[in-house]
Amino acid sequence: MIFSDYLFLFAGMGLVTYLPRTLPLLYLAHKKLPQWLIDWLGLIPVAVLSALLAPSLFADATERSLSLGKPEFIVAIPTLIFALKTRSLGGTVLVGMLLYWLAGLFI
Amino acid sequence: MAQPDKSSQPIKSDILRQGANAAWPICLGYFPIGLALGVLAQQAGLPWWAMAMMSIIVFAGSAQFICVAMLAAGASISAIIFTTLVVNLRHTLMSSALAVYLTGVNRKFLALFAYGITDESFAVNMARFREGNWDRWQALVVNHLANSVWAIATVTGTLVGQFIPPGAFGIDYALTGMFICLLVFQLQGRIYILTAILAAAISVGWYLLIPGDSYIVGASASAATLGYFLQRRYRRGK
Repeated sequence: MIFSDYLFLFAGMGLVTYLPRTLPLLYLAHKKLPQWLIDWLGLIPVAVLSALLAPSLFADATERSLSLGKPEFIVAIPTLIFALKTRSLGGTVLVGMLLYWLAGLFI
Repeated sequence: MAQPDKSSQPIKSDILRQGANAAWPICLGYFPIGLALGVLAQQAGLPWWAMAMMSIIVFAGSAQFICVAMLAAGASISAIIFTTLVVNLRHTLMSSALAVYLTGVNRKFLALFAYGITDESFAVNMARFREGNWDRWQALVVNHLANSVWAIATVTGTLVGQFIPPGAFGIDYALTGMFICLLVFQLQGRIYILTAILAAAISVGWYLLIPGDSYIVGASASAATLGYFLQRRYRRGK
């Protein structure tokens, strides 16, 4: 592929990435939101994070099958406890990486 | 809460410092993943400047991974763009949720801010906004610092990535660790814990039964809806 092919591809990708990020914000930030919508949106962060995380802990990505007891899940338990105790984002990332690395060496 | 006031604006260097304080864990997580993407891109034949262009114009981690894989497999440009749209539809939910804290802010700022909305910056900024004591400028710093580190990491990956052994130092777990802690920040009461459990169960089921990435939007919207009705019933019952 040459420069113009890449530019065309990335411009297209950029547009379909940017519009979902910007249109709701531009529209909703200048509206009076009803209370039910505010309540519903308040539950979105926890729901999105959990929905992003759960399949990587409980399912096999190549076969798309249920997989209980993955190292990702086993490491997630002490990582979760560390996060609950310290509430430190950087520390949790580091502890998670370290434990996962150790798990790879010993399991 | 969101205060679009101009009277009590903190000093610029403070905004930068507080933003950087909140952003560094994201950067720490992005760096190895950006490197990994750069390596894959280089193996798929993308030159470093194409990687730089993609990271700056698109700035969407999972979509960029998919793009590289599809390019390597010889997919058409329109197929890649369509897949990107599907993968990134989840950001409509995040953008809507952020609107609650950015009411009445001018559209130029919102247009600039929206560019940097990712899963990670969204979760960090939402947690801070909810605690209060966080304004849109600090949130903007978080978004754009994360973006800069991402772009640098992906380009570095295309240049030096082949020297880093795969799986070294648990870098594959950086994002998972980040999601775990970001999830903890969101657990502010029983209804949030319940919604998280519902979302986890629905997303795993959806992921197993339905091909593609619809499980993210599908599970988050349905779990939030169920959580909302449970919350309403509970409030009425009191």
